Amino acid sequence: MILVLLIVILIAGGVLAWLLGRWSAMAARIVSLLALAADFVLILFLWVSTYERLNCAGQSWISEFYLPWIPQFGINFHLAMDGLSLVMAGLVAFIGLAAILCSWSEIRERAGFFHFNLLWNLAGIMGVFLAVDLFLFYFFWELMLVPMYLLIGIWGHENRNYAAMKFFIFTQASGLFMFIAILGLYFINARNTGFYTFDYLNLLQTALEPAEARLLAAGFLIAFMVKLPAVPFHNWLPDAHTEAPTAGSVILAGLLLKTGAYGILRFVIPLFPQASLDFRYIGMSIGVVGIIYGAKLAFAQADLKRLVAYTSVSHMGFVMVGSFAANELALQGAVMQMVCHAVSTGALFILAGALQERLHTREIGTMGGYWRDAPRMGGVALFFALASTGLPGLGNFVAEFLVLAGAYRVNLPITVLASLGLVFSAVYGLWIIQSIFHGGGETPAKVGDLSLREMSLLGAMMAVILWLGLFPQPMLNTVKASLEAIREQTGLTQVGSEHLREANSYPHFTRSCPPKPAGQDVPMSRSTGGTRATPEGGLRLPANQPIGFLRRQ
Amino acid sequence: MTELVWIIPALPLAGFLTLAFFGRRLARPAVAWIGAGSVGLSAAAASVLAAAFMVNPPAGSSYTLTLWTWMSVGGFAPQISFYLDPLSIVFVLIITFVGFLIHLYSVEFMADDEGYSRFFAYMNLFIGSMLILVLAGDLLLLYLGWEGVGLCSYLLIGFWYRDPKNGLAARKAFIMTRVGDTAMAIGLFLLLKSFGTLNVQDLMAAASGQWSRGSALAAVSAALLLGGALGKSAQLPLQTWLPDAMAGPTPVSALIHAATMVTAGVYLIGRTHALFELAPVVMNAVAVIGAATLLVAGLSALAQTDIKRVLAYSTISQIGYMFLALGVGAWSAAIFHFVTHAFFKALLFLGAGAVILALDDEHDMTKMGGLRKKLPLVFWSFMAGAASLSALPLVSAGFYSKEMILWRSFVGWSGNPLLWAAGLAGAFITALYTFRMVFITFFGQPKSDVHRVPGWRMNLPLLVLACLSVAGGFVETPDTLGNVRIFSGFLRSVFQALPVRESLAGLELSLQIPAALAPLLGLLAAYLFYMTIPANGRRFSPAARGSRLRRFFFSGWGFDWLYDKLFVLPFIFAARKNRNDVADMVNRGIAAISLSANRGLSWTQSGMLRWYAIGIAAGAIIMIGLAVVL
Repeated sequence: MILVLLIVILIAGGVLAWLLGRWSAMAARIVSLLALAADFVLILFLWVSTYERLNCAGQSWISEFYLPWIPQFGINFHLAMDGLSLVMAGLVAFIGLAAILCSWSEIRERAGFFHFNLLWNLAGIMGVFLAVDLFLFYFFWELMLVPMYLLIGIWGHENRNYAAMKFFIFTQASGLFMFIAILGLYFINARNTGFYTFDYLNLLQTALEPAEARLLAAGFLIAFMVKLPAVPFHNWLPDAHTEAPTAGSVILAGLLLKTGAYGILRFVIPLFPQASLDFRYIGMSIGVVGIIYGAKLAFAQADLKRLVAYTSVSHMGFVMVGSFAANELALQGAVMQMVCHAVSTGALFILAGALQERLHTREIGTMGGYWRDAPRMGGVALFFALASTGLPGLGNFVAEFLVLAGAYRVNLPITVLASLGLVFSAVYGLWIIQSIFHGGGETPAKVGDLSLREMSLLGAMMAVILWLGLFPQPMLNTVKASLEAIREQTGLTQVGSEHLREANSYPHFTRSCPPKPAGQDVPMSRSTGGTRATPEGGLRLPANQPIGFLRRQ
Repeated sequence: MTELVWIIPALPLAGFLTLAFFGRRLARPAVAWIGAGSVGLSAAAASVLAAAFMVNPPAGSSYTLTLWTWMSVGGFAPQISFYLDPLSIVFVLIITFVGFLIHLYSVEFMADDEGYSRFFAYMNLFIGSMLILVLAGDLLLLYLGWEGVGLCSYLLIGFWYRDPKNGLAARKAFIMTRVGDTAMAIGLFLLLKSFGTLNVQDLMAAASGQWSRGSALAAVSAALLLGGALGKSAQLPLQTWLPDAMAGPTPVSALIHAATMVTAGVYLIGRTHALFELAPVVMNAVAVIGAATLLVAGLSALAQTDIKRVLAYSTISQIGYMFLALGVGAWSAAIFHFVTHAFFKALLFLGAGAVILALDDEHDMTKMGGLRKKLPLVFWSFMAGAASLSALPLVSAGFYSKEMILWRSFVGWSGNPLLWAAGLAGAFITALYTFRMVFITFFGQPKSDVHRVPGWRMNLPLLVLACLSVAGGFVETPDTLGNVRIFSGFLRSVFQALPVRESLAGLELSLQIPAALAPLLGLLAAYLFYMTIPANGRRFSPAARGSRLRRFFFSGWGFDWLYDKLFVLPFIFAARKNRNDVADMVNRGIAAISLSANRGLSWTQSGMLRWYAIGIAAGAIIMIGLAVVL
């Protein structure tokens, strides 16, 4: 029930913000803030109350909601949460709060509708992270698209129409491939079993011909790689990031890109393990190209937001490498990178927005020497630029180190090339600081320092990055079981771990599991087939006429 | 007692946090007290701890304090732990004591700077990171300190950020060391894959147990770690950032770019020497790189006119000696030279800083001269440092450490006469450029006015370091000169004494005589060139047989030019060319095609009846035609 609440709060909050926005912009802001704060508290509560369980081996949903939706077609309103989706949901609430706080004074026109779009977009993203029915997943995938299109198209900067259109076409077209693949999987599963169902757990059992699997995997992958974004599908991103209002950029970088990465981890690898393995080195290579190409382009940009946008391409390359390296280190690193990149790049976009609000320009060439007037902003920018370059002690380092250490076990040349990202990130990271806060001659332009609101928001983000850099264990523990399940699906659990000491030699981290309260959690029942996962509403048809059932007869 | 080791890095880090958050609101004396005081307390804590360690050594002469497990993923569980043994104690003592003296000096040196609290915040962060680096019990934590000191080096080189040139020097330092660090990171991946841990002691034990001497994996991993060490310690071919790093305030050069951070590479190799011993090829490479570096940098120092750049090249050259020592397995000799070098090079930088301040920010030696009379205390302490740097026999600390290196490079484990000859030539060059600097700066006719004379906060560190530069070498003397073995005895539990080749043992005295004579010859040559013909100081250097060679040395052997052509310019060119992202052309192309198709088709919807009539007629004719033909 709590899962539905997470989404309903956002949907209702959005409507309320729109209605109140006609009366007062401040009311819309406060309602949105409250809605997200409520979500955040709920997720924290979920996390704290299930933390012990998450640490234990053996996969289970920590919370689940099930309601038949269109039972004739095997479509159900099925939400479920494991450690991975818990972390992602927490990220939605946290980045959502940041997005609202950073546009507090930026958005003055049609604030009600703005917050409506913001919250509905977040609701869509939340749904994407929670849905375990593929039809529902696609529904949420589309739901997050339209509000974002409006956010860019209405509140964006100079070239917003072009950017919004490009964003929409890229994501919509690639989403179509995924929808075809979902339908393909649906029919193949029905052909095999006689059940028509979109349920994730059922579809996991689908036996596929290798050729079929590759085709279907490609359909999913295209959608996810566009979102991620992986080179060469990244071109929508610099435009969308640059033209979007600050909140839009923060959500794009912090959350929308993560839906692609999440999709790869949740759907592509478990549904098509063999095809993913076949694709392994190609996927890792695409990631490496992204790391280097993105970093090089970032360095060349003259527009601050465009620069930060290209750093996203570079950082998400690490996620791609980690996901397809697919050992425990690399997967943990990929998830850690998703979270840290969301926070650190989100913060850089907030800083870019703050600068634009003060200076009315994003041209790096016109900036310089702001450290003198705005040392706090300079210090914060330095912190996040260093996070971008992967400075140890900050979360991004943990992420990149784990990804690379994991990838090293899989492929040496790819890892060495990916490590060059460490050098290139230093090149653009320091360039940001140099061109904006240093230099400037004797009389730099005046610029106001960060306000209390901005400072507390960015301070919280700094705290998160430091926490993940020095004490990442709670997060690693939270997603451990989910990643283990993904790896079990691929049959890779043994690869590369033979040299490692047993985790048990560190008594500090072996916990005794509390007895599971009866009837609270539902086993993910991979091997047993699962009666729960094949709902009664599923349409049963003779196996010899699966495709014909949609025809008018 | 030893379990309080965490206090040593915690104090400067606390100082950093205080200054970072409240520094702008604090009065200058308060900033000075926090900045210098935290390091002073850290030094006091370090000495108490060291005393306790020596009086009552823990079992195995080492102590590990584990604070928490950093992360635990798939059996990989790096820990935040501090490892205390004689090697780390030596480094901790030098870092905190020399660091404190330099902080004290900075209180006066930076007194008029508007970034006073920012300066001390960065300096404290540096001391904290450096202490983490040398105390780390796990290579991943060492890497944290390693990157942390690199960050502070970047921040302090670019401390006067208004001038873009300083920013460029700072970025050059960070990025060049990052190149080495990346090699080191790959080395860590390799070690992690091979042994599943990055704990230094476990790693060394496992490597010695599982890898045979000369095995390929040992060589590769040692070479990768060496990459990190070369970058940090400014050795060939990653040395070019250090001379430019002189853009930072002089105390920074003394602390980071002379006494401590640049020797981190020496520490790393010393700390992982068990691994290097398994890789004789890499050991030889270390020795050869050290020998080459000490000559290249020494000759470059001869041609410089900026007093700080002379010292910078000299630092590269002296660290070359340490690498030479490491390469021949003379571990404690390398560490010994690190100690004496920390004393005399910090002293020389601080003395140069006093001169620069006195002459109102003048770096050019050709505009100095005759300062002997006006700044007597600076002169005499500078002389002590110069004597120690050029290793004048018997009366200087530098002599004992350098002599030890030279001796070992001949008779040591993998030593040979060539390495020894390179070291000996380097000793001659060192004395030559050192006294060239001394004579030009302090002798001859005064060329500028002295604006201010340093106060006690600058004088005291100079005096203390001068005493140490003279007397600091008596803790370790050769067989022929008293055979004191306090220093290497203290390090015995870390480094087993490597045997000298017995057949050569009798040569000791006959090798010492050239080692003692070379610096004296250098001094004499400098005297002849720069004192008897004072004008030479401006125009010639003895290395210059023509201005082309001189410019070659002046530019640091053209490495900057080469790297610009090879890496920087192509990178910038490619970045500029592709600013608009070629990959986007595909999308723009599709959009353009659709648009023109749209335009073409919409043109047909002209609204004019006769066009539509023609269209209908033409269509009908074609259809009929097709029907007839087919």
